[in-house]
Amino acid sequence: MTDHTSDPGFEEATRPPRSQWWDVWDQFKTHKGALLGAGFFLFIVVAVMIGPWLWPIPYDAIDIRARNQGPSLAHPFGTDQLGRDTLARMLKGGQTSVAVGITAMALSLFFGTLVGVLAGYFKKLDGPLMRFTDLFLALPLLPLLLVIIMLFRDPLRAAFGPETGIFILIVFVIGITSWMQTARIVRGDVLALKEREFVLAARSIGTPDRRMITRHLLPNVLSPIMVSATLGIANAIITESALSFLGLGFPSDFPTWGRLLFDATDYLQQYPERVIWPGLAISLTVLAVNYIGDGLRDALDPRIRGR
Amino acid sequence: MLNYTIRRLLLAIPTLLFIALVIFLLLELAPGDPMANVPLTVPPEVKEKMRIALGLDQPTHIRFLKWLQQFFWVEPLHMIDALFGTQWGEGMQRIISWQSRSPVMDIIWQRMPQTLWVVGLSYVLGALIAVPVGVISAYRQYSFIDQLGTFISMIGFSVPTFFTGVLMIVIFSVWLGWFPSIYDTTLVVHDWETFVKQLKQMIMPVSVLALYNAAQISRFMRASMLDNLNQDYVRTARAKGLKEKTVVLVHVLRNSMIPVVTVIALGVPQVFGGAIITEQVFKVNGLGQLLITAIQANDLPMVQTLTFIFAILIVLFNLIADILYGVLDPRIRYD
Repeated sequence: MTDHTSDPGFEEATRPPRSQWWDVWDQFKTHKGALLGAGFFLFIVVAVMIGPWLWPIPYDAIDIRARNQGPSLAHPFGTDQLGRDTLARMLKGGQTSVAVGITAMALSLFFGTLVGVLAGYFKKLDGPLMRFTDLFLALPLLPLLLVIIMLFRDPLRAAFGPETGIFILIVFVIGITSWMQTARIVRGDVLALKEREFVLAARSIGTPDRRMITRHLLPNVLSPIMVSATLGIANAIITESALSFLGLGFPSDFPTWGRLLFDATDYLQQYPERVIWPGLAISLTVLAVNYIGDGLRDALDPRIRGR
Repeated sequence: MLNYTIRRLLLAIPTLLFIALVIFLLLELAPGDPMANVPLTVPPEVKEKMRIALGLDQPTHIRFLKWLQQFFWVEPLHMIDALFGTQWGEGMQRIISWQSRSPVMDIIWQRMPQTLWVVGLSYVLGALIAVPVGVISAYRQYSFIDQLGTFISMIGFSVPTFFTGVLMIVIFSVWLGWFPSIYDTTLVVHDWETFVKQLKQMIMPVSVLALYNAAQISRFMRASMLDNLNQDYVRTARAKGLKEKTVVLVHVLRNSMIPVVTVIALGVPQVFGGAIITEQVFKVNGLGQLLITAIQANDLPMVQTLTFIFAILIVLFNLIADILYGVLDPRIRYD
């Protein structure tokens, strides 16, 4: 009597089917930098989400007698010129920076994927949409960002309140100026997918365009979209900090990492250590996100996977 | 090739016009009023006359066309006048800054050298560092040097220039006191001492931008070298007994430079944009700083002209990249 369970072929055949995401995860795990980056990014996100609840000092509590202090037990990161606790402000600022990064990324992915899929799938739209993308690529983005913020800061502030207004403005502005790369990549992939047999098969049974896109095309362009998502977060965080750094971002009583860095540069000569915390936070977060992107690119490429 | 170049040039004209229109319409929405800093004692009818003198009573499309005429016709004429002492532009209205009441282009010409020195030098330096780093990284893939190069370029890629700049100021001017933290633009180089001073104040802004540029270019260089190293022609070159140095530095490098050269050309305008931040950090009074102060002072003609100059740079270097690509890779020309 043969023991079927020890037969490797049999085991292979009866094992429950493995989703491709497990393979992706296995490959992702081998990239140490990416794993470390993912861990760090998760840590930052969790810290800025629940940190302000756990840390007893509110970010806007002014204690003028304890101003300009170095690190101590009561204030691990020191205090600023008004005696506000730097750790509390870092946590609160991180909340804004990470929120801006993720929302702006989502917006730019939405635009990019929409334009890319439409241009790749509908031949008639391809020419105009790609010319449109080229035009956007030819715009001087940073100067325009500054101009747009200057123009719309006050109306939006009046309409939604100082914080929400600026938040909407910055997210929207970053979103509409960073979708072009995603659109180009997605269009290229959709063009290639359109020639494949499974698309032909789906079309021959009369699948409507809408379902064609959502069922067959979008799942297959998911990997480049995920990679550009990571790059998008990094780009959005840097842009937001740069805007705050130039004094055109969030108002000064509303901390973000870029704003904290900007405020700290005024005290560069006396308290140089104060610029380190927000700068490190921005740099390490962006570095972590970029490493995740690097790892994802390798993990999602089936030619590399399993090697 | 000529045909290809002309086609590209013709395509650039509508692009530029469209961008000019976008910028103009955006600024049209601006809430700023050029009369805002005129004293309140000035009666309203005089203000109205000043407004008419600035041409603000005309409809949008007329003002757009007028601006185009000023930018593309009047300003070049004045430039020729200044260069050759002719009188062609005499009596024509130039683009006037609301902030300083002097022609916008004059201020831009004053600020241009600082930006060009800092930005240009850092870009050349960045490219010069990036190419050998990329070549070595690709040739010794996954070696220690490659890992180090990748890590450093990842850092240069991720750490924003406003942090590296501030960090350098903290280390080299606050703690060590080696370099001045503020760029002194009034310095005139006339002897050895001032030359050293100029060098000292340029080191930090240039190295900050150079690190950033080198990080971007070296990644492209590495990827492009890796693509080429596995090609058949490399094996052929080795098989016919060429020296390894010749194979890598002549055959592979030349072919890998094709995409990299275009990337370098495409990156030039972005560097001007990025220099806005670096100029702000080191207080270099170049074009970027001019733009920021103009935005803060609501000086719309200045903002419009500067933004459009940035746009021209982008379109111009896109064009150069396209043409270079066509020169280097014959397949593109016949597309």
